[in-house]
Amino acid sequence: MEQKSSKKNSESEKEYSVIIKNLSVTYRTEPALWNIDLNFPKGQMIAIVGPNGAGKSTLIKAVMGLVPITAGKVSIFGKTYSKNRDKVAYVPQRGSVDWDFPTDALDVVEMGLYGKLGWFRRPNSKTRNLAKECLDKVGLSNYADRQIGQLSGGQQQRVFLARALAQDAQIYLMDEPLNGVDVITEKTILSILENLKKEGKTIVMVHHELQTVDKYFDWVVMVNRNLIANGPIKEVFTKINLDRTYQEKQRMSI
Amino acid sequence: MILEEILSIFLGIFTDYTLRYVALGSAILGITSGALGCFTVLRKQSLFGDAIAHAALPGIGFAYLFAGTKDSLLLMLGAAIFAWFGGMITLAITSTTRIKQDAALGITLSVFFGLGIVLLSYLQSIGGASQGGLDRFLFGQAAALIESDVINLGILSAVCFTILILFYKEFKITTFDSSFGQSLGFPIKYLNVLLTSVIVVAVVIGLHTVGVVLMVSMLIAPAAAARQWTSNLKNMIILSAIFGGLSGIIGSMISSTAEGMSTGPVIVITITAILGISFVFSPKQGYLFRYIRNQRKSQTSLDNIKTISDKEKENHGNI
Repeated sequence: MEQKSSKKNSESEKEYSVIIKNLSVTYRTEPALWNIDLNFPKGQMIAIVGPNGAGKSTLIKAVMGLVPITAGKVSIFGKTYSKNRDKVAYVPQRGSVDWDFPTDALDVVEMGLYGKLGWFRRPNSKTRNLAKECLDKVGLSNYADRQIGQLSGGQQQRVFLARALAQDAQIYLMDEPLNGVDVITEKTILSILENLKKEGKTIVMVHHELQTVDKYFDWVVMVNRNLIANGPIKEVFTKINLDRTYQEKQRMSI
Repeated sequence: MILEEILSIFLGIFTDYTLRYVALGSAILGITSGALGCFTVLRKQSLFGDAIAHAALPGIGFAYLFAGTKDSLLLMLGAAIFAWFGGMITLAITSTTRIKQDAALGITLSVFFGLGIVLLSYLQSIGGASQGGLDRFLFGQAAALIESDVINLGILSAVCFTILILFYKEFKITTFDSSFGQSLGFPIKYLNVLLTSVIVVAVVIGLHTVGVVLMVSMLIAPAAAARQWTSNLKNMIILSAIFGGLSGIIGSMISSTAEGMSTGPVIVITITAILGISFVFSPKQGYLFRYIRNQRKSQTSLDNIKTISDKEKENHGNI
């Protein structure tokens, strides 16, 4: 197996959009993630599951360099994140922002284009129209000038998805986009993601509801500070692995 | 009679040389701190503004001690250095220790302010008539503003607005969703330092007019008032600048009517009045209209219940 690694490697880089090697993240003295070896295959719907505080959000943040990495390496299509950041779209947890902020839905979606605009360039009619298209895709074109605090939780989540769509990326990293949303929102989000998947894009989602994992996803990453399992749903989403993921504190607590 | 008096005070801006500069200086402060204060409020860093304002005080003392003049530019430079230093220390304490931000702010605020008071009283004790004026930076004394001061304040304010306009998009995204902004590649840390530095400049502008103790209200009150009237960041900044500028002008006019009335506190009371009016009368969020809407709502729901029960009675009658 290991002999033909060099050829295998170049091939695997084509199959995987994100490759994570020996990743560890520590908050002060507490390890949040320990020695994670993990690849995200292209064109798949990938769920990250694990108990609270298992490091699920930290994992996707570490991919983008949003948290300081203690050890290890992350590569996006063979390059560092800072060189390939335009290939990654991010949907943070809905609760991470202040929805009383004085802005409207369209404006938030337009923020997805700020990265491409770069320094000093102002949003213009072109970015505005692109943002409108994305808002339309999530079924909120009638809410463009609505103050974001007056949207329902599900609508807010769809605004966040529209912002990620505006980024026009290859990889979508999403932090619990289905948490506490209404049925319409869940359906809308899933059908949009299904289309993205068909275009060969990679969707990585922190997911809480274990009952829906095998229905919505192709691939699952089970994490509890350590990587417990990683692979196609059929192979790894088993009772044994679930028990190992959700059993008490992991070996790390020694 | 009263109207005439008010008019003469107002005309004083155009005729009275001193009042003109006082009003102009206070307006510049109000406009600058009003605009930048929006970010302080939206970032929930109101007390951060308070801490850096207090931290400016020892800077004034040291600048006077070493330079020996009361040249306003030098004093402002000293104040800016200490205010900035105080801000950075607060940020460093929160990011490197387990101490939370409120405690870190308390530490910076009281230590720097204490140091400032010690310095000022020391300067007072070693005598010389000229240092006596330094304590006006506690509560501000806009009446002492002269033409060259106002020009300096104007230049500083222009610098603030240039940076605000250039980095508007970046400041907006880091304020609303900093981790998303970071994922797009914007250097959050440097942007935070830049924004803090601009706020420090606004605080320094305020030293002459409202002083270190009351400065924070010039950052918070105009922004809080403006937020009542609009849900758009750009409009909020513009409105907040207008409120700040207005309170500067009105406040300095009122204080000119009585001998020895400090301008700073009067400006602060004026902006607080604007804030109070906004709380009550703003159409969307004001107490008054909310009260009226609620009354109407409960009235209509009462009417609905009435018609339903009437109908039910009719139905019963029919049976």
